[in-house]
Amino acid sequence: MELCYFLTLDSFITDPLTHDFMRKALLMSSLVAAVCGFLSSYLTLKGWALMGDAVSHSVMPGVVVAYALGLPFSLGAFIFGVGSVALIGFIKQKSRVKEDTVIGLVFTGFFALGIVLVSKIKSNIDLHSILFGSPLGISLSDVKQTIFISLLVVILLSIFRKDLMLYCFDPRHAKTVGINVFFLHYLLLTCLSLAAVVGLQSVGIILVVAMLITPGATAYLLTDKFDNMTIISVLSAIISSLIGIYVSFWFDLETGGSIVLSQTFIFLFAFLFAPRYGIFKLKKLFAGYK
Amino acid sequence: METINYQNFRIDAENICVDYNGKVALYDANLRLKPGQICGLVGMNGAGKTTFFNALTGFVNISKGKIRINGESLRSAQKDQTIAYVPQNEGIDSQFPISVWDVVMMGRYGSMNIFRCPRESDVQAAKDAIERVDLTDHLSTPIGNLSGGQRKRTFLARAIAQRASILLLDEPFAGVDIRTEKLISELFIQFKSEGKTILLSTHDMIHVREFCDLVLLINKTVVAYGETSEVFTPENITTTFGGISPDFLFGPES
Repeated sequence: MELCYFLTLDSFITDPLTHDFMRKALLMSSLVAAVCGFLSSYLTLKGWALMGDAVSHSVMPGVVVAYALGLPFSLGAFIFGVGSVALIGFIKQKSRVKEDTVIGLVFTGFFALGIVLVSKIKSNIDLHSILFGSPLGISLSDVKQTIFISLLVVILLSIFRKDLMLYCFDPRHAKTVGINVFFLHYLLLTCLSLAAVVGLQSVGIILVVAMLITPGATAYLLTDKFDNMTIISVLSAIISSLIGIYVSFWFDLETGGSIVLSQTFIFLFAFLFAPRYGIFKLKKLFAGYK
Repeated sequence: METINYQNFRIDAENICVDYNGKVALYDANLRLKPGQICGLVGMNGAGKTTFFNALTGFVNISKGKIRINGESLRSAQKDQTIAYVPQNEGIDSQFPISVWDVVMMGRYGSMNIFRCPRESDVQAAKDAIERVDLTDHLSTPIGNLSGGQRKRTFLARAIAQRASILLLDEPFAGVDIRTEKLISELFIQFKSEGKTILLSTHDMIHVREFCDLVLLINKTVVAYGETSEVFTPENITTTFGGISPDFLFGPES
């Protein structure tokens, strides 16, 4: 019987919308995807993929502690996210260990701390929803927090859009013309921590890094203009989150995983067929027919 | 005793030292340049050329010494857009999704409002600069699609658009075509007559003799500094390059 639904695209799309939790999940995940997609173009150009991974894992103990103390979980996550970056910088400067090693050991340390805390602090923390996200079970206070943080990040990125682009492209020139590079560095880190915090609701801590790098990487293959890259990145992030949620609804799949997998498929599509940078270079194929 | 009027100097670096986490990259380096002077910065790889540039742009902090730019602090020089840095071609991400126009416009960022909205005057400055480096046909070309010479000219245009009075050029002639080289040398003559001061690093000894009034030979510190004709001697060059004879470096002709 259920198979009949797929025959009409209309009911495929509208049926889930009759559920309140689905409407909320679609809206919130799109918002989160847009924020992460926006930031994604900066992170991929700056080469901060590993940093994104580190920050998103390091927020784990923050989330647990905040839940245990009854604080907004975003506050705890933010403190640990920024703290991990500070610690990475400190250890790198004070020791001879290479940066990628330091990043790896700091974030796994934080992550492990988070897991140990969950097992120790007996409360109603759902480890599964932290690790893998729970966009379908998002609470009202979470919705408010997510909207607030998302707006904050979007406003910050919009104001400093061009400065951040310059910072990623040529920080030395920025410094030379009197632009505060130190501020921009920490602004980008702050946005990264905040985006990781909202992203983990959708897809969970383990996969949130995908939200922060895959849309940017996809867009990078499709355009040579920075503004277009941002637009494409945001759109591809939103579309994958919609596809992911629908697919997970109809086929009863893990939602976070479905969202990230959709992003991966869109990236693969760009990787193969991007007009200029894809393996098969669609532009050339079409040019051959003319 | 003669009193020095620091305002006469565009660049006045006094006993500057730079170290990275305790490793000394440059020590007791001095440099004084007046308006209209072109100075070559010559040294081995790792001799501190890039560090010197980084110190003059404020990209690294000096641990000792003093830098005055037009008699003022480095900070106010940054605010006044006094110094422009033209990077080596290898020093930039050529795959960055950005056009010639965007790069040149970055030269104006420092004097724009916080949103970096270009005013009429900024647009004009960028247009003029692009015209001077002969890239008007490539306004919207992504920098990834440019040749090495065109990319170098793009960054020169950025420095021109910035209206800086001091230009720091890292290997301006490395990997550029004949046309670009000719254009750069013409620009140097114009810059000189406009009273701009140029400090350029180069590996090519012929360029030093051709363009530079002064030369600064460094190997972690200043080995020799002065008029090119007096200082740029085989002995000094040998010392700078750690005992390698200039014959080996430029062939027996020089």
